[in-house]
Amino acid sequence: MILDLKNVSKVFGKFCPNCLDHTGADYNSSICPTCNSVVGVNDVNLTLSQGEVLGIVGESGSGKSTLLQLIYQDQEASLGEIFVKDFISKDGKKKNILDANLNELSHLRNSLMSMIYQNPRLGLNYKFSAGGNIAQKVIMSGNKKYDEIRQRAMFFLEKTEIPTSRIDDYPDYFSGGQQQRIQISKALSSNPKILLLDEPTTGLDLSVQAKILDLIKELQHEIGFAMVVVSHDLGVIKHLTDITVVMKNGQIVEKGLTDQILEDPQHPYTQLLVSSIL
Amino acid sequence: MTRLEVKNLKKTFTVHTQGSVEVKGFEDINFKLKQGEFLSLFGPSGAGKSSILKTLYRTYNTTSGEINFYKDNGSIVNISNSTESEILNLRKNDLGYVSQFLQILPRISAVDVVATELIQKGESEEVAKEKAKEMLSFLNIKEELFNISPLTFSGGEQQRVNIAKGIIAPKSVLLLDEPTASLDMTNTNKVIDKLLEIKKQGVTMVGIFHDMDCMKRISDKIYDMKEKKYANNY
Amino acid sequence: MRYAFLDEEAKKEIRRSILKAIAIPGYIVSFASRELPVARGWGTGGLQLSLAIINEEDTLKVIDQGCDGSVNAVNIRNFISSVTNVKTTTKTQEASIIQTRHRVPEIDLQEGQTLVYQVPIPDILETVEPNLEKQKLLHANADYSKLWVLLYEDTSMFGDSRISSRYPVMVNDRYAMDPSPIPKYDTPKLGDCKALQLFGAGREKKIYAVPPYTKVEPLKFEDREFKVENFDGKACARCGSTNSFLDEVYDDNGDVSYYCNDTDYCDTRLELGESK
Repeated sequence: MILDLKNVSKVFGKFCPNCLDHTGADYNSSICPTCNSVVGVNDVNLTLSQGEVLGIVGESGSGKSTLLQLIYQDQEASLGEIFVKDFISKDGKKKNILDANLNELSHLRNSLMSMIYQNPRLGLNYKFSAGGNIAQKVIMSGNKKYDEIRQRAMFFLEKTEIPTSRIDDYPDYFSGGQQQRIQISKALSSNPKILLLDEPTTGLDLSVQAKILDLIKELQHEIGFAMVVVSHDLGVIKHLTDITVVMKNGQIVEKGLTDQILEDPQHPYTQLLVSSIL
Repeated sequence: MTRLEVKNLKKTFTVHTQGSVEVKGFEDINFKLKQGEFLSLFGPSGAGKSSILKTLYRTYNTTSGEINFYKDNGSIVNISNSTESEILNLRKNDLGYVSQFLQILPRISAVDVVATELIQKGESEEVAKEKAKEMLSFLNIKEELFNISPLTFSGGEQQRVNIAKGIIAPKSVLLLDEPTASLDMTNTNKVIDKLLEIKKQGVTMVGIFHDMDCMKRISDKIYDMKEKKYANNY
Repeated sequence: MRYAFLDEEAKKEIRRSILKAIAIPGYIVSFASRELPVARGWGTGGLQLSLAIINEEDTLKVIDQGCDGSVNAVNIRNFISSVTNVKTTTKTQEASIIQTRHRVPEIDLQEGQTLVYQVPIPDILETVEPNLEKQKLLHANADYSKLWVLLYEDTSMFGDSRISSRYPVMVNDRYAMDPSPIPKYDTPKLGDCKALQLFGAGREKKIYAVPPYTKVEPLKFEDREFKVENFDGKACARCGSTNSFLDEVYDDNGDVSYYCNDTDYCDTRLELGESK
């Protein structure tokens, strides 16, 4: 087990006792009929093992991005527990990461996990150079030797095919695809055990998208981190993932091996999605 | 020792986008395979042969029945109801699938497609590429095509790359869907030779052939889809 | 007239804040900064600290940029002495309380002495993070990565940090502290100092402290040297010192001379007959 979600829910609003039971895929609605709260994520249970790549697919409003943000704790979950391998309490029992104190949270977000956002502006600091952005992550994971930090920054820029001569350039001077690759370098530089990707190539040109997906796949094979990829694009899911989960109205409606989801979808909604591929 | 056992296997497709109509895949499938045996599925088009292979690989969900995989360490995995993680594990070392059509990314060269299988098993890149080239040569793929993506190849060439990929580092059970469909006589024989070779090494296989001669040459058992039992003498 | 101008409740509150600050070296404590006859921005923080801790047995020294004779130093010294009647001095070695603006005395301080710094901006993170709420979170998380990245960027572009005064320091391996705008030259003096160091920002209403013998290290990469201002080949024109912080002075002809910034240090050298 590397990531384990138990009964994770996120409700925007009051959160009355009816919220979770009266919304979801069967109701075709995320809005609670009693208190009008929006149920972003509805009682999600998921497990991910070492080296596996999980895809979360769904349409706008399905809750897939919110779920990722709950794992990374960009947003606070309303209910549930999330466990991550090696995150244990003093007596050796696994600890709910949602109960992490500030210091532990910092460790979770900087060392154990990394997140790559759809918009590189969310993952990069535009006031630092490309090298500076990566340096920030490397420094946060404990390294205080300048030469090593700079080496590491160059190493990861090379891995994402950014010319190392541009290490001191600011992100604004790179193209969108390159900014995304710098974000990937930064996310990987702290050697995370879990990589979270939120629509990593949406909006990029097709050729750029292909290169970046190939790169992510290669790095995942090479380094072996577990990965959770959120996308509305089934092509991306097919390319990167082993297991896929389909979300609708905050709930998981189907889970299975990626090839099975694409070739033998069971749930009506999944069948609808798969039949909508161009 | 028994390697694979299929009991009362049934597959039905429910198409919700067409008003939840039920489409029959297959039912009442029963067969058993010892290690190193080759079973062919025999029947007319539409009988469900490919579907059975896909169900064995878990690309298709089982509607009812069991698919019992006997691992070397003595444990038995029921592919029908295993978790995704267990299946992924199985597919890594024990269960392989050679599809009817080559399915790879347009950006990988023929050599890399084949070499990857060896590299994943721990082989060094150099050695893997050498062995891959050997295999491709054996299957009559010209040297100048090695570093090009197979998507520009002819159907037959693609199929040969596909087979090379499937048999260069064979898993303990191999599922083969029409492996010689687009091949000429020479290449067909080469493939069958190779299959016989790995069969001797203990690889268990379930295959579909459209060519009766091939089927007879390699199969220890032939399962008749219409009669729902082994064909005579097999 | 109350002793030391402030009422007893005010003194109590400031003393409590000081104790808290000493208990957590480098941690910024908020306090209710009082109105004084001196305007905000002119040393009210340091002044409140001095007024809260001073008593009849103390001897007071006040310097501004190393000099006892500057207008502000004189005014503050006169004011404190007028509300307490304490002895005042220009000699560092004779003082028990030294209030300073932007410099650390050249002569090593001893146990029992207290150095009170006047601080304009108390938070070193202000240089890299303008949002007050985020600053607090960063301190809580000991997340000083932005300071480190600034150091990295300067190192990669110029070979070394561009900061010349107010160089960020790590106190007790926990808090990044603003040492007030002292020159880089003085930064090494903060660590393992025998005297108590108190920092007061009146306008910003903050107090922090470094107790004696505390580890204070400038923020620097492990594989890089901490370089300070270099006065090689220069000496004080008055006393001949070659190891003090020198002021560069141009006369009307455009000729340059150097003089000790710390006036007491210069005077002491002359007294002891150590001239060139």
